Amino acid sequence: MIPSSFTYQKVKSVEEAIAALKESDSKILAGGHSLIPTMKLRLNSPAKLIDIGGISALKGIKESGSEIVIGAATTHAEIASSKVIQGKLNLFAQTASAIGDIQVRNRGTIGGSLAHADPAADWPAAVLAADATIAVQGAKGSRKIKASEFFQGLFTTALQEGEVITAVHVPVFSGKSVYMKFPQPASRYAIVGCAVVKHSDGKISIAYTGVSSNAFRDGAAEKAISGKKIDAGSAEVASKAAAEGMHIMSDHYASEKYRKHLAKVYLKRALLAVA
Amino acid sequence: MKINVKVNGTAHSHDVEPRTLLVHYLRDTLRLTGTHVGCDTSGCGACTIHLDGKAVKSCTLLAVQADGCEVTTIEGLATNGNLHPLQEGFHQEHGLQCGFCTPGMIMTAADLLKHNPKPSEAEIRHALEGNICRCTGYHNIVKSIQYASEKM
Amino acid sequence: MTATKYIGKSIKRVEDKRFITGKANYTDDIVLPGMTYGAFVRSPYANAKVKKVDISKAKVMPGVIAIYTGADVAAVNGVPCGWQVNFKNGATMKEPKHPLLVADRTKHVGDPVAFVIAESRAEAKDAAEAVTVDFEKLSCVTDPAEAVKPGAPLVHDDVPNNICFDWELGNPKSEVDAAMSKASHVTTLEFTNQRLVPNAMEPRSYIGSYDPINDKYTLYTSTQNPHLIRLLMCAFVLGLPEHKVRVVGPDVGGGFGSKIYHYTEEALVTWCSNKIGRPIKWTAERTESFLLDAHGRDHRTKAEMGFDKDGKIVALRVKTHANLGAYLSTFASCVPTYLHGTLLQGLYTTPKINVDVTGVFTHTNAVDAYRGAGRPEATYILERLLDLGALEMGKDPAELRQMNFIPPFDGVKQPGYQTQVALQYDSGNYEGVLKKGLEAFNYKDFRKRQKEAAKSGKILGVGISTYIEACGIAPSAVVGSLGARAGLYEVGQVRVQPTGKVSVYTGSHSHGQGHETTFSQLVADRLGIAMEDVEIIHGDSESVAFGMGTYGSRSLAVGGSAIVKSIDKIIEKGKKIAAHKLEASADDIDFADGRFTIKGTSKSLGFGDIALTAYVPHVYPKDLEPGLDFSSFYDPANFTYPFGCHIAEVEIDTETGKVTLRRFVAVDDVGTVINPMIVEGQIHGGVAQGVGQALFEGTIYDEEGNLTNPSFMDYCMPRADDLPMFETGSQVTPCPHNPIGAKGAGEAGCIGSTPAVVNAVIDALWSAGKKVKDIHMPLTPERVWSALQ
Repeated sequence: MIPSSFTYQKVKSVEEAIAALKESDSKILAGGHSLIPTMKLRLNSPAKLIDIGGISALKGIKESGSEIVIGAATTHAEIASSKVIQGKLNLFAQTASAIGDIQVRNRGTIGGSLAHADPAADWPAAVLAADATIAVQGAKGSRKIKASEFFQGLFTTALQEGEVITAVHVPVFSGKSVYMKFPQPASRYAIVGCAVVKHSDGKISIAYTGVSSNAFRDGAAEKAISGKKIDAGSAEVASKAAAEGMHIMSDHYASEKYRKHLAKVYLKRALLAVA
Repeated sequence: MKINVKVNGTAHSHDVEPRTLLVHYLRDTLRLTGTHVGCDTSGCGACTIHLDGKAVKSCTLLAVQADGCEVTTIEGLATNGNLHPLQEGFHQEHGLQCGFCTPGMIMTAADLLKHNPKPSEAEIRHALEGNICRCTGYHNIVKSIQYASEKM
Repeated sequence: MTATKYIGKSIKRVEDKRFITGKANYTDDIVLPGMTYGAFVRSPYANAKVKKVDISKAKVMPGVIAIYTGADVAAVNGVPCGWQVNFKNGATMKEPKHPLLVADRTKHVGDPVAFVIAESRAEAKDAAEAVTVDFEKLSCVTDPAEAVKPGAPLVHDDVPNNICFDWELGNPKSEVDAAMSKASHVTTLEFTNQRLVPNAMEPRSYIGSYDPINDKYTLYTSTQNPHLIRLLMCAFVLGLPEHKVRVVGPDVGGGFGSKIYHYTEEALVTWCSNKIGRPIKWTAERTESFLLDAHGRDHRTKAEMGFDKDGKIVALRVKTHANLGAYLSTFASCVPTYLHGTLLQGLYTTPKINVDVTGVFTHTNAVDAYRGAGRPEATYILERLLDLGALEMGKDPAELRQMNFIPPFDGVKQPGYQTQVALQYDSGNYEGVLKKGLEAFNYKDFRKRQKEAAKSGKILGVGISTYIEACGIAPSAVVGSLGARAGLYEVGQVRVQPTGKVSVYTGSHSHGQGHETTFSQLVADRLGIAMEDVEIIHGDSESVAFGMGTYGSRSLAVGGSAIVKSIDKIIEKGKKIAAHKLEASADDIDFADGRFTIKGTSKSLGFGDIALTAYVPHVYPKDLEPGLDFSSFYDPANFTYPFGCHIAEVEIDTETGKVTLRRFVAVDDVGTVINPMIVEGQIHGGVAQGVGQALFEGTIYDEEGNLTNPSFMDYCMPRADDLPMFETGSQVTPCPHNPIGAKGAGEAGCIGSTPAVVNAVIDALWSAGKKVKDIHMPLTPERVWSALQ
């Protein structure tokens, strides 16, 4: 319940955060809702925390041309209640509302969640399905990482040492979208979380979280439904392709077989929801 | 580290270790023991307070993160000696038994009613996702919040 | 007759204000001058030799005051077990020492090896982390059925086959076997009644404090029974004189049984406070609560119920392996025996019953009474067998119960019912609650609804459970003959102050039940005074003479009756005082509505007048002592036997297996009710816990003896959105043998609900053509889905 000792620095700019990150064993503190729980159990004992919660540049939601830019330190609650998000990127409003509970949503941030890359977190499915890019900044400058290249394994991302997530850029799309999850009943993390975007041109994006050691786009399932009118029959057919060939996680709440089955059920349900 | 926090309307200034959790600062330093610690995994909600008007789990915040913020705890909810409608609701509808989860329940419900003054039963139940009660089966907690919603 | 102003009314709780304003006083809220903090070094292994404990680095860390290890407390006794169960051959059960700190071999994950005391919580934690222990890990066993097999790793070297006791109750096996062999249908179930974690929301917390000037100890403890803790700690563990030890139970944040027991940490902080000369606080972190608060249930059972061709039950045979954990907790031995085997008559006329229980040590945390304690396990056996029997025989489960019920009896005109398993039921009207339950549920239309729902692809199911429990624990002589090492009476002192205000001291101790309200209602009505004029004091060994505490749904039936006994003494003495002042005979004085009146006249004196006279005895009977203050011990004549009918309706999502509890009807007969609001609250909470067992909760120990779900992120506690509004109803069959007529309501909800929910799921599956007999609890979506495949 009490973390090991550490030093604390509250930074005012991303540059300051990046400079501070050069000290060994330092970690970024955003909302703290992934990091602090692990520190309380002493599963994580960084020597230094760099609090980016005060960097106003990392907060807020902006429309910028054909995309919506969400600052990394924007909380789930701010995203869920944003009129812009609700109106133009409802997938993100749905996803944000599905995370944790009121209290967690009031503190947890999209950037923190993405950097932590919990295999059962909700955001990864949404950013993947929406073809978002993740803007990061490091000592060598800024770069943008496609969501499809960001999640690389269990708690592992394309983020390099010393880099900080600054924003999530989401292309505005027209069409329908949905995020559905079958939660683990205790933690409410996703056993299966399925995000589906049906673009107005008929293209369908499907992404999963909770199913494998990292969130992923399911190309085979997308292929199985693409170009088809979504109905019970086509959704059923597409669901057969879902999560095939993937490494499927297994735990005492959902075995590999059951989790894979749920992935198919949730794809079917999500497809019918956007039909 | 020095922090300045306004708690229930009173300004406080203290030196704290960076690792001090906000809940421990409230309980041990300010002796506001109405905020409880019910778990160590941010799951039970007994430590819920309002930070700048929003319900948060004070066990998952460092006291240093609250520097410059306003905190409201259960002790600060009543105004001018009048119970908050939620406090009244929990009394009227028998929304508490052992009382340990109650402050957190009330603080979470207060956040809910701020954003959704007339929640449905399902919305109330959903809003309590992050708060565990072992005594009441939630039945009377739901009714307590409905009572407050009517009153407010 | 005294008019009831309060009894039977849903008076709002008088204790609420401090809880809703954040001003309650739980143990962890208390800070004593000079207080220090403790943290434990605990075993990460279920079974390991402790080869070396190195405290050298830790003891020089900032803030560290002292570190104690197993060697330091080797001469201190362990914590005792309060109930002796004998082997079938008469030998005494095995009672290995449960030390305050382990010196040689740890026996479950979390077993404490060292205790670090420091100036702050953080420093204690840091230093505890710096203690290094050289363990030699050994193989372990966690399943009780495996643990008794030859060659299984031993928990205690001197307990062969890990068997603590074997025990049997009821009719001889041969008679039951004979009756069973004649049955036209036998329903058999083999199942696990899984292990649960009580998870009171307030973690256990203790402060030990020693005052060298007066040579006096104080222990603040989040307990259900302060006096019992004092007795056990003084007499059995630390050998301290009881009058030099004060035990205080401040506000207690739930218990559900888990705070009955005397835990090693209580004795350790008390012992250490003398050694270091400063108070020590230890508060469990939730992970420690999961690992170390005594768990509940954990039975492996094979049960068979034989029916004749009409459906009459002819025999019941039960074999259970009860997991006791690594050490015997305070009441561990009586839970699977005298609180379980004795309830296997249920509400039914079953003529032949045999129950055989083996109590087994395993490398797991201790198991003891958890809400219901033994009775939920017994009810689960009976009610599952009945519903399954009905499905197998193609009978209606309600009708099957109806034809097997013991007929109504009030225990006054009709005698109590003698069961085949030692108990004599006090009063009952079992068909009454079933009828009310079925009506409230609208059972007769359910099958139609079920069929209609099936057309739209929904699977619905209904499950019934009609339960009985033994509460009001318990007649001392009876439990003494069964092995209890304590009497189970209660103490109630009523002190009328000179101005007529009343202070009541009860040995019963609320941890959420609302004693301050219910007891005030009782006292105010009996004395004809206002509730505001009554104060209830509990939880402090210094102010309350003695007490056995709150558990086993006993507080009102036993604790309330003790108070009534004292009130009767007050009234009797008041009559003498009134008679003297009114110049009449005491026999001619009536007491009603707060006035002492000469029968047939209007000459009377108020309660306040008499109180004042008792303390200012100027005009006073010669042979009478001044004062108006009585203490009573009430030892119940029998257990009380609440009963009820619970009906659950579930819907199954066939694609995911997720079960939704759509409705829950509970009609409970808990005898006379003082405060219906509080009773309903008890039922709600109990039902939620019972539903929790059915659908959500359960420990998972891996092969290494690790509890793999020791947090709220892994162990699923029921949340608000998992449950519906509950529909409650009631019937009142008063208890004939206590002065209140109350039977007890604390555990009812938890006892009746679990089998109702599981029965409903099984019913749903049968309606979909899946004739499964059992699904392991909790009925997680995957398990239900698998059953559907």
